[in-house]
Parts: sequence; structure tokens; C-alpha cells
Amino acid sequence: MNDFRPVQMSSPVLTVRQVDAYHAITVVAPGIAERFRSGQFIAVAVGGEQSSMLLRRAFAIHDVKPDYGGTVEFLFAVRGRGTAWLAERRSRDLLDIIGPLGKPFPLPRDPVNCVLVGGGYGSAPLFPLAHALRRRGCRVDLVLGAASAGQVFGAITARRVAETATFTTDDGSFGVRGRVTDALGQVIEDARSDVVYACGPMPMLREVTALAARHDIPVQVSVEETMACGTGVCMSCVVPVVGGDGITRMARSCVDGPVFRGERVRFDDVGTIPFDALGAPGWKARGDEESPVREAG
Amino acid sequence: MIPDLRVRLGELELVNPVMTAAGCAGSGRELAQFFDIARIGAVVTKSVMLEPRAGRPAPRIAETPSGMLSAVGLQGPGIEVFLQRDLPWLLSRGARAAVSVAGGGPGEYAELARRLSEAPGVAMIEVNLSSPDLARRGRHFAHDPEAAARVVRAVRAEARPDIPVFAKLSPDVPDLVGLARVCVEAGADGLAMINTVRGMAIDVDTMRPAVAGGPGGLSGPAIRPIALACVYEVHAALPEVPVIGMGGVRTGADALEFLLAGAGAVAVGTAIFHDPSACVRVLRELEQALVERGVERVASLVGAAHRAPGAAVRG
Repeated sequence: MNDFRPVQMSSPVLTVRQVDAYHAITVVAPGIAERFRSGQFIAVAVGGEQSSMLLRRAFAIHDVKPDYGGTVEFLFAVRGRGTAWLAERRSRDLLDIIGPLGKPFPLPRDPVNCVLVGGGYGSAPLFPLAHALRRRGCRVDLVLGAASAGQVFGAITARRVAETATFTTDDGSFGVRGRVTDALGQVIEDARSDVVYACGPMPMLREVTALAARHDIPVQVSVEETMACGTGVCMSCVVPVVGGDGITRMARSCVDGPVFRGERVRFDDVGTIPFDALGAPGWKARGDEESPVREAG
Repeated sequence: MIPDLRVRLGELELVNPVMTAAGCAGSGRELAQFFDIARIGAVVTKSVMLEPRAGRPAPRIAETPSGMLSAVGLQGPGIEVFLQRDLPWLLSRGARAAVSVAGGGPGEYAELARRLSEAPGVAMIEVNLSSPDLARRGRHFAHDPEAAARVVRAVRAEARPDIPVFAKLSPDVPDLVGLARVCVEAGADGLAMINTVRGMAIDVDTMRPAVAGGPGGLSGPAIRPIALACVYEVHAALPEVPVIGMGGVRTGADALEFLLAGAGAVAVGTAIFHDPSACVRVLRELEQALVERGVERVASLVGAAHRAPGAAVRG
């Protein structure tokens, strides 16, 4: 495990650029780049050393390159003061970054057919995944969706890296009108997909998981739960997840995830503490059995 | 000159005065990825309860100016897992393990103290009094001196005599010095202050409380002046009682402020979320601040702000 532990570094910004409706920052971060596996993320401090913004912002790693000893690129949309500050960074500014964090996407041992589904800039972590799968001889199909054309991320790269790339927009301004799940079933059938990988908002992940279940294929989802620290100490990014023992725990997206098996995430109960979750109000320990050590979170 | 950083809070001896604040260091493992946890004075665990606890629904945390609102609800694995897994791990890493405990009534606190006393290596028990009292509709023990005293008395009675018991106080009380006095009379060997300050934020887009359920606990540099006043006033009233100061400590200078106000040690909390290496950085900066001021022993500074102007602090 120690080889994969995250590092904290002061990373010089290499480039800040506009990509479709998003901003992309590339930093020089060799320690993070060399440890990175697809699906992992970074947690970035915003606002400078004396910042009044105490919570780190978590971003999926979109790309790593060997230049300058190792660079890392991440993608974001300006949604508040923190991301606005990030968008104003310029080349050679320093960013306090921790990474790589979280569990990566598990990769299949065999060269199987994989369909990757992304919503908005949730597509970002799918590109390094696509490359990793291709290196293993997997077939990769992409389904990317967004509200409208401007928010579909990485259309050109998608066509290059994937066997097929399908796009959906809510307003029909690009690709198929509708949601990713409206197109996904057909892609799974045409490509004879063996596994689904998805990243995007919770409602999308829930629909994708349901669709994969109907096609009887496994699905790995990467959740975009809001995080405050990224390192597992703040306990804010919890989602109810069923463990291998059938017990639901409030799992931390940052260290237990962000990648989970789709059918393990209790999407309908996100934002609540399910009554049967370990340690939920009214939950009672079953003391009369020789139970293995159990824990919450 | 390398300053002597050792401090003594009653029976609690520490190699240096910087520790983690309860609930901000996970199980210790998370931070050990970033620094050697044996280097700091102590690791204060998140509050341990008798049973596993799922905590509160998300969103649990919201950012506020120089602060953070939280309502995590004491999510944790329970004492069983803590004793089997977390405590032995902390000790194996050479950390001084101070254990925060929380319960629904004096009986639960007493049981926790008893279980911890049977385990080797517990350096200190910190009594989290900001936990809902099940017998009184969830009112916090810390908000009622009598209830707080009952809990402290129960813990002190069950805890091994050589394990110091610290009561953690909430600032949201009309008479903090009175509460501090009551806790000490009930047997607390020292005080930890302050816990979070009640606060709230509303998300103007969703038009809902930013933290599920409404108000939460405010922490971070935003509450540092409040915390400092609490430490200062309690130290003035009870100068012999050891105090662990906390509330918005982010830098070595912040830690120094608390020491000068009367804290014998300082805990770093929310700053850890921002910087997982915050504890060792604060320690380094504190050491540097001592060097710059020609102070040889950090212990000589404790409460120095109370002394007459010009009184010597070097020792």
C-alpha cells in the first residue's frame, strides 16, 4: 500500500486553458503522476496560503504526461469562489495539491468489451481509463452526455480513443437528444459490452447502474460526492454502500471510493442514513453471535 | 539553541505541546500517510462510543469565511473495533493515544472509561460533553453543569487512576468558568477547550440549510478569538488547572497565542482538513517562534499573557 500513498506537493502550474465549457489546469507533479491510476483524484487547496477557504476542492485526474518529470491535468467548471480563484491561476503559480487519492477503477484481467459513460465533466476520468483499457486489449466504447453541446467534454478525443463514441445532449444541440441512458442500451447491445464504467452525477449513475443490471453486466461507478479534505479525515463525503457482508455502511467517497460497484451503492438513499445502516439510529448490535469485527464507515 | 518543547499538564507529560483535535485526525492512519504521528505530542482520536454509529445524513459540512460548519454526528466504529484495531495501530506507530469518548448518559461514558482502562497505552481520556444526553431529549451535557459533572464523575471513577481525564467544554454556555469549575470539582484533571461554536449557513440556490438538519458546529480560524478568550478567562480563574487549547489553530503563531493565554498544550483541528501536515508544520513554526524570541522552554510561556507587563518569560 505504501507505494501508492498520496503525496502533498507545491506544484507549479504549467498551463491553464479553456476546454469546451470547462477550465483545464496542468501542473508539474511528478510524485502524483507516477503513482496515478485511472479513477483517482487530487485535492487542491484554493485561495493561497492565508486563504479563508479551508476546504480542499477535489478533481478527477484527467490526464498524466511524462513531461517535466510528470504532469497532471484536471478539469473544472467555475461554480464558486474557489473554482473562480483556480481559473485565475497562471503559468508558474504554485498550487498545493494532494494526490493521487481514492480507489482507482479496477481493470479487467482479460481483453473484454468496455463501455464508458460520462456526464458533463464527469467524462474527465474516463479518458485515462480508456487508454488503460486499450493497453490491455479491451474494446472501448464511449457514451458522453451533457445538458447542451458546449458542455459535452472531449468529443474529439473520444472519437480517437474509442471504437465508437456516442453523444447525447438534453437539448439535442449535439448528438442524440436525451440522456446517456437513452443511448447506452443500444451501445451495450451493438458492442456486446461486458462491463460498464460510469462517472457523473448521482441520478445518472443510478440510471446507468439500473441499465447495466437489466443487461446483466457489472458496472463500476465513480461518484462525485462533495468532499472537504479528500484524505478521509473529515467524514463529510459519505454515501450508503452495501459491503461484501451485506451490511450497509456510510462509506467515505474519498478513501473507500470514489469508485464503487454500482449495485453496492444505495442510490435511492443517498443523502440519508438508511435505517438498516450499521450504527443508524435504532440500530442494534447483534451481540449473540460470534460476529466478525464490524464497523461504520 | 534548540528549545525544550516538553510540556506537562498535570500527570500528562508530552514531548511537545501540539496534538490533533478530536474528530480531525480520523483513525490516525489517514494522517500517517503524510507525517510520522509519533512526532506530535499526542493524537486525540475521534470520539469513540460504545456501539458503531452511522452519523448524520449528508451534507455534513459547509465552508464559511475562515471556517467550516459541520454536523458529522460522531460516525465511528464503536469501542470494540477501536480497541481491536485503531488503538493497537496508534501504539505500534509510537503515537501517544489520547482517546475522546462520547455517550448518551453517564453509564455509557463510565463503561467506555472502564474498557479503555483495561487496554494498555491510553495516555489520556478526553470527555466529549457535546454529545446528546438521551435522558434529556438530546440536550448536550456541556450545556448543563450538573449533567456535565455527572459524566465527568462517572468517567473519573471508572478510569484507571494514572490516566488523566480532560473535560472538553463547549463555548455555548452562559458561564464557562462556572462550568469549568464544576468539571474540575467532579474530578476532571484538566480541560480541553473549545468545542465548536453553534452556527449556520443556508444554501441560497437550494434554499435549504447548507448542513443537513440546520445549524452545525463552527470551527476553524473564524472561532479562534472566541476560543482564546475562553482559555484566557478559565486560566485566570483556575490557574492550576491544565488546559488544552483549541479552536482555529492554523500556524505556530496561533499555537503560541493559546500557550500565552494559559493553555499547556494546543490541538490542531480544522486546519488538518486544509493541510494534512498541519500538526508538524505548526510544531515547526512554533519552535521557530521560540527561537526567534530567545525562549528556551516552551513551558515557561504558558499563561505568560496574564503576567504583569515586562515580567520575564524566559526560563
